[in-house]
Amino acid sequence: MRNDEQPSATADVEEPSAAVYPPPGEAGPMRLMGWARRRLFNTPTNVALTLLCLWFLWETVPPLLAWALFNAQWTGTPATCREATGACWALVGEKHRLMLFGLYPYDEHWRPLIATLLLLGMLGVSSQRRFWRRGLALAWVAAVAVMAVLMWGGVLGLRPVDTTLWGGLPLTLLLALAGIAVAFPLSIVLALGRRSDLPVVRAVCVGYIELIRGVPLVSVLFMASVMFPLFMPEGVTVDKLLRAQIGIILFTAAYLAEAVRGGLQAIPRGQYEAADAMGLGYWQKTVLIVLPQALRIVIPPMVNQFISTFKDTSLVTIVGLFDLLTSVKASLADPEWRPFFIEAYVFAALIYWCFCFLMSRYSQRLEEDLMAGTRR
Amino acid sequence: MHPIKTVFAVAALGLAATPAMAGATFDAVKAKGFVQCGVNLGLHGFSAPDDRGNWSGLDVDLCRAVAAAMFGDSTKVKYTPLSAQQRLPALQSGEIDVLARNTTWTLSRDSANGLNFAAVNFYDGQGFMVPTKLNVKSAKELDGATICVLPGTTTEQNLADYFRATKMTFKPVVIEKNEELTSAFLAGRCDAISSDGSQLAAIRANETPNPADFMILPERISKEPLSPAVRHGDDQWLDLVKWSLWAMMAAEEKGIGQQNVETFLTSNDPDVKRLLGVTEGNGKALGVDEKWAFTIIKQIGNYGESFDRNVGKGSKLKLERGLNALWTNGGLMYAPPLK
Repeated sequence: MRNDEQPSATADVEEPSAAVYPPPGEAGPMRLMGWARRRLFNTPTNVALTLLCLWFLWETVPPLLAWALFNAQWTGTPATCREATGACWALVGEKHRLMLFGLYPYDEHWRPLIATLLLLGMLGVSSQRRFWRRGLALAWVAAVAVMAVLMWGGVLGLRPVDTTLWGGLPLTLLLALAGIAVAFPLSIVLALGRRSDLPVVRAVCVGYIELIRGVPLVSVLFMASVMFPLFMPEGVTVDKLLRAQIGIILFTAAYLAEAVRGGLQAIPRGQYEAADAMGLGYWQKTVLIVLPQALRIVIPPMVNQFISTFKDTSLVTIVGLFDLLTSVKASLADPEWRPFFIEAYVFAALIYWCFCFLMSRYSQRLEEDLMAGTRR
Repeated sequence: MHPIKTVFAVAALGLAATPAMAGATFDAVKAKGFVQCGVNLGLHGFSAPDDRGNWSGLDVDLCRAVAAAMFGDSTKVKYTPLSAQQRLPALQSGEIDVLARNTTWTLSRDSANGLNFAAVNFYDGQGFMVPTKLNVKSAKELDGATICVLPGTTTEQNLADYFRATKMTFKPVVIEKNEELTSAFLAGRCDAISSDGSQLAAIRANETPNPADFMILPERISKEPLSPAVRHGDDQWLDLVKWSLWAMMAAEEKGIGQQNVETFLTSNDPDVKRLLGVTEGNGKALGVDEKWAFTIIKQIGNYGESFDRNVGKGSKLKLERGLNALWTNGGLMYAPPLK
């Protein structure tokens, strides 16, 4: 793809002869033919590979489309689904509220719905660099307050809803975004601490990172949710959601810290020395010179970690929180609908994929924007 | 008061209140005004959220019965969905007051794990289901069979033990997820599927194209008495949980149901009078209102009604009463006298 856009990078491609390239202004189909001849059918191996791929697509795509779309049941009952040969999307129609909102009181589902839309709207606005001003921070504070009021209730005549009843997509988004948002600054502190000259600070940071990285997320969550209360006096409980959230934050921070450290180490010594030569102190040097460059370099591994964190939130099922995947599973407890579990999991997978794909695309765009200054 | 001082005061109150609560779950529950009940993440018929997120099931009815006895209101329950790994620690740590999560009563859980099991509310047992066309009539004929089974639970262990004890061989097909296990079996990847009898009946009733094509073999290779549990240290609370369940059984025995409970208030049967609180004494002994059993029957129904609604004929699982019938009907459900 990239090669087509940047002529300079196509030097390794054979110089096309006039016979292969259709004259400019030729109709579309001819261009396509020419392209196919050059790229798909130019050697015997490529001909074989192309035919193999076409055969594979022919074998898989039509049956998949038939199952997912043409023969699918969009409405109906388990009985009508059993008759049909295609997917049973009626399941999603029937259970989507349990899948999306978990145990949140049914009549109050509009509240997490608005909170989620508000959150997505804020994320959309924040992704545009032209809105990166002080006002945006204030807008976030206001939005978080509104979301908290909507979710918790208890004021303005809203019925209070305990955090143990939160669930579905809003919970998954909360765990992932709060996890990322808090873990990010924490990870920078840890990464700086690990490269610090002060032995105690360094030892604490190294110890923390290595300890957390040495255990799986499931055990961190399990410790937070199951072991922690055993050490507390009987009757004293810390909110279960908060415990899981802190577990995710601590875990994510340790991994992010290593990504950030990679960026710190990639900054040439000259940058540090130049900053010293200008008489900048440690914090000025770090905030003005080092971090902006280091963070820009580590966008790919950081987004990797963000996506991973987003998907890892599904592990909170082990501590009994009704995140998106657990809610989808709970909707399959109904034995009449259970035979159509594939549809339910496909639905969940699509939601996860949408968010992960958006994160990935956005990070690529951001990376290009931020690298604009250094492109040679 | 200054906000920070308030925070400290509340924290101090919380800590100071702790020793008083230790060992007195009964008082703590009464003080907070609801029963915190540990349930399954979703097991249809026992405890599962419906499409509207409301909990229902046989275990859920037990929680509601305890709340009805304690507060005269079966809605005073908060549910804590628990994974299998989490359920015992959740009870031990005091996060929940009663565990009603299809938990098998075993010696080690009853003793070393610090739990007290109240009374069995469902007798289950592991069995086999086979396609009718295999013409297998007994588990003894399963030598050399391929058997679909879930990994990691006691199910797999019981299966291996059974085949070792009967000197037979089998090939396990181990599949992690219930749904996939069922579809593998239905697709013919194994000769038989092994799971708890209640699960097999549910699969047969709902997931087979034609239930008559499959049969559940008569043998039960394990005992799974499912019972609500509380933690050690509060006998009064244990008493309330156990008698709430037994009251439902006693009501069924006397033919008292949700619909006709009021007509029994004028009954002359001394047992009925004691059960419904017309003759006082039971409530005082348990530390609750004299109308406790009347409230349970009125709001939840007797054991038979709860069974039919959740797992029996009136439900999607369509289970037979079997071992769960009253002792008068050849089952094991037997409530000691309520006097």
